[in-house]
Amino acid sequence: MDKEYDIVVIGAGPAGLAAAIEARKNSVERILLVERAKELGGILPQCIHNGFGLHIFKEELTGPEYAERFINELVELDIEYKLDTMVLDIDGSKNVTMINTRDGIITVKAKAVILAMGCRERPRGALNIPGTRPSGIFTAGTAQRFVNIEGYMVGKKIVILGSGDIGMIMARRLTLEGAEVKAVLELLPYSGGLIRNKVQCLDDFGIPLLFNHTVTEIKGAERVEGIAYCQVDSNRKPIAETRKYIECDTLLLSVGLIPENELSKRADVKLDPVTGGPVVNESMETSVKGIFACGNVLHVHDLVDYVTEESRRAGRNAAQYVKGVGASDGTVIDVKGGSGVRYVVPQKVRVDNLEEKLELFMRVDDIYKEKKLIVKIDGEKVKSVHRKRLTPGEMEHIILDTNLVKGKESAFITVEVEKEGARI
Amino acid sequence: MYDVAVIGAGIIGCSISRVLSRYKVNAVLIEKEPDVADCTTKANSAIVHAGYDAKPGTLKAKFNALGNPMFDKLCEELDVPFKRIGSLVIAFNEEEMETLNKLYVQGTINGITGMEILDKEKVLEMEPNVSEEVMGALYAATCGVVGPWELAIAQAENAADNGVEILLNNEVRSIEKLDEGYRISTTERTIDARYVINCAGLHSDAINNMVAAESFRILPRRGEYNIFDKSVGGLVNTVVFPCPSKLGKGILVSPTVHGNLLIGPNAEDLYSKEAFETTSQGLESIWEGAEKSVPNLPRNAIITSFSGLRARGDRDDFIIEEAKDAKGFINVAGIESPGLTSAPAIAEYVIDMLKGIWTDMEENQDYNPRRRRMIRFNELDEEERRMLTEKDPRFGRVICRCETVTEGEIVDVIHRNVGATTVDGVKRRARPGSGRCQGGFCGPRVMEILARELNADIRNVVKDKKGSYVLTCPTKENREQENL
Amino acid sequence: MKEKEIICIVCPIGCQMEVMEGKDTNGYVVTGNACPRGEKYGIKELTDPTRVLTTTIMLKKGKLKRLPVKTDIPIPKGKVLACMKELVSLEVEAPVKAGDILIKDISGTGANIISTRSI
Repeated sequence: MDKEYDIVVIGAGPAGLAAAIEARKNSVERILLVERAKELGGILPQCIHNGFGLHIFKEELTGPEYAERFINELVELDIEYKLDTMVLDIDGSKNVTMINTRDGIITVKAKAVILAMGCRERPRGALNIPGTRPSGIFTAGTAQRFVNIEGYMVGKKIVILGSGDIGMIMARRLTLEGAEVKAVLELLPYSGGLIRNKVQCLDDFGIPLLFNHTVTEIKGAERVEGIAYCQVDSNRKPIAETRKYIECDTLLLSVGLIPENELSKRADVKLDPVTGGPVVNESMETSVKGIFACGNVLHVHDLVDYVTEESRRAGRNAAQYVKGVGASDGTVIDVKGGSGVRYVVPQKVRVDNLEEKLELFMRVDDIYKEKKLIVKIDGEKVKSVHRKRLTPGEMEHIILDTNLVKGKESAFITVEVEKEGARI
Repeated sequence: MYDVAVIGAGIIGCSISRVLSRYKVNAVLIEKEPDVADCTTKANSAIVHAGYDAKPGTLKAKFNALGNPMFDKLCEELDVPFKRIGSLVIAFNEEEMETLNKLYVQGTINGITGMEILDKEKVLEMEPNVSEEVMGALYAATCGVVGPWELAIAQAENAADNGVEILLNNEVRSIEKLDEGYRISTTERTIDARYVINCAGLHSDAINNMVAAESFRILPRRGEYNIFDKSVGGLVNTVVFPCPSKLGKGILVSPTVHGNLLIGPNAEDLYSKEAFETTSQGLESIWEGAEKSVPNLPRNAIITSFSGLRARGDRDDFIIEEAKDAKGFINVAGIESPGLTSAPAIAEYVIDMLKGIWTDMEENQDYNPRRRRMIRFNELDEEERRMLTEKDPRFGRVICRCETVTEGEIVDVIHRNVGATTVDGVKRRARPGSGRCQGGFCGPRVMEILARELNADIRNVVKDKKGSYVLTCPTKENREQENL
Repeated sequence: MKEKEIICIVCPIGCQMEVMEGKDTNGYVVTGNACPRGEKYGIKELTDPTRVLTTTIMLKKGKLKRLPVKTDIPIPKGKVLACMKELVSLEVEAPVKAGDILIKDISGTGANIISTRSI
């Protein structure tokens, strides 16, 4: 064993930074933050657009500014970190093996581990789009890195598949840098991203967003020369007669993010098949005691502010765990998504450990207008919140008074979208 | 004047070049693409067939039987991934069971050993994910999976180590007969050679026709494939074939040598030799075929699709012969399946043929059959990794997260003989970008390393083919030019 | 008479609003909004739409070749491209601190271009 730590945090994006800082503020001394990139901040430095921090700092910041506030705090708190370092393995006893060019391979022993590896983008291959395999096909995040960090353009005439936030933001960014974004195609009948991004990134520049459309063929032997696209039917199958062709040299993909849990699997952390991230309890602790998870490794967020809040909770609870406080199991309640709700995080709640409020995060499975989200305990309605609009692209969150669940011997919580005509 | 010019650096051209390098021969391998193994060799089923399929008496039967046993030594010498995992041809009814018997008999005539007809229970015990409807199967123990492009690249590298010159980016435009030998004009230069070996795959008919009368045609037959994530690589343990049909061996389900799962190919006869695209119908048809053998394949675990064109000849067999009207011009054409399996045996045969024409070929005393071992970080144990990173810190920087490929490995494959010069070239040699994220994270880093190691502007780093540029221009410069 | 359909971006609801000149207290009539913040946004979007511009500029002597920047206050929407054009030729040298003013009153908007990252 090369060294021992109280807490090892894996990933120094917004989640890892906030978790490490919060753990230190809860007086944990020996913290190590490990990051595989050459700088701190994760994806934030390349997200040069604004819109970060409205909840946490009550002001609108850009990605680099948001990151810098945490990086500065990390440095002030003198938290040890390693850059350009890849964690290769975590075993059941929380031995973390990592590698970099300075130390070679080292294994450190941790009392607690916080998983904050973030997510990766779905690539073209996963969509199985027919056609050739030329250059000029980028995931939106890769293009964002080339443009904003490296300073290179990825193309001149661009089509974007998928209306995820990064895709829409890149539509604006590439337009400002002189490229022509010809269209954004979205398979679903609604946008996968935030409304403000549709308005400010697409509408402002007259970029058409075509719902119920998808790319059906990629053309070009060497570089992309164009794409064919079709409208899709209600089963999302392309309608051949609607086929159209756009000449372009670049196809950007913004078709979803996948939590990056290869390491979690190595540590035998149980994953939720819906979120693709670990199953966690109210303390953000996974199925393995002392291993916590937060941020996009857990479930994909749309606002970084929520990542920060969630990660602070993970950091705080990891600190408690290290100090041997709390952590009693007692009654465990399952939390599940009911009809219309794809998932709820946390998936488990230990009643005795609850603070005053229990925050539930969830995503719905479709667009709903003027509907209530209903929280039930053991099938009984305990809370309902009205929403003018619910969409899968925007994470919902509900705060529950913990008195509602305290004292229950065994119970389960479900959150569902009200069915037609349901009233409370 | 070269002694021998080999045209086409696919698996056949590379295999022949390596065998040529055993002799004191001034040889050149000419390839139109920026890399070797850049056409059919990079897009096929990657199977080393046992050899029961081919009709007895054909060249296919002969070279399949001869080639298969050569793979252990060949892949060991060249440090190429190869696993003899066995295959099953599965039958669903009495008629197909009868076909299995015929294949068994055919295999015996072809000299294949290690075959066995299995009953349903035994099949499902070996392959629990195969359809319950299965009635029986022909098991062939000698079937294997290999890295086809790795094998071609390794042979080209080893040939180059032993003195064969490799000319990439040289497309042959014309060939003229000289008093002695041939003058080959490429897009880049003129090459004179006493003997020419035509291994131009899809274009071998066109190459033949440049200097000899038309004697065969290549009829491209497309096959499409899907690759799955390694997490489902263990769905089958052997190569699972359906019963063969007129169009070939059918749609297989197989582990790859790297631990992924592969399904495909369909078979579609085309006129175009450039039709490298996958189609929605094609991909649908391989799904249908594959799910007959292995139901409920996990669609969400697909990581990529690709298609390849088989260089099928019009004689229903391999065409390996000296052109009748061009002395010393040897055609090695129509090498469709089992071409990969046959390649090492074909190479020996062609060199024997050459020795018949050029009788005083001398052995190369300095010939070394081995290439420098590859470094595969993700296959090393912790102690080996520790030693490696101590020796060279670049092995401490992981570039590809999905496949755990380090900077040290990427630099190594760039600087070897016949080294990588493109993003896909690096991928084919060291595997960054072959994993589930398909290069999303490591693509830009690989480009940076290529630019640095080759002393090139990053804008000139291409994905694969000459025109497959990735970046257009620096930001800001764009706007200035267009004066927005 | 000014009139426009506007999607509200104040919150995730995304109300479809119609904003027109009228005899309301503010001189405008906003319909379709769910809250007063939407009304305010709608009128602003009709009369004086503004955006914060975020982009990069060339950086010398830094570990990176580009520096992210933004306007410190929202600028008129119509001035965005003019600002981009003015920024093409701007080049600064590292070290730079987040918040450093790099250009004052860009394109006559009254906004300053400030660095959003310390390099």
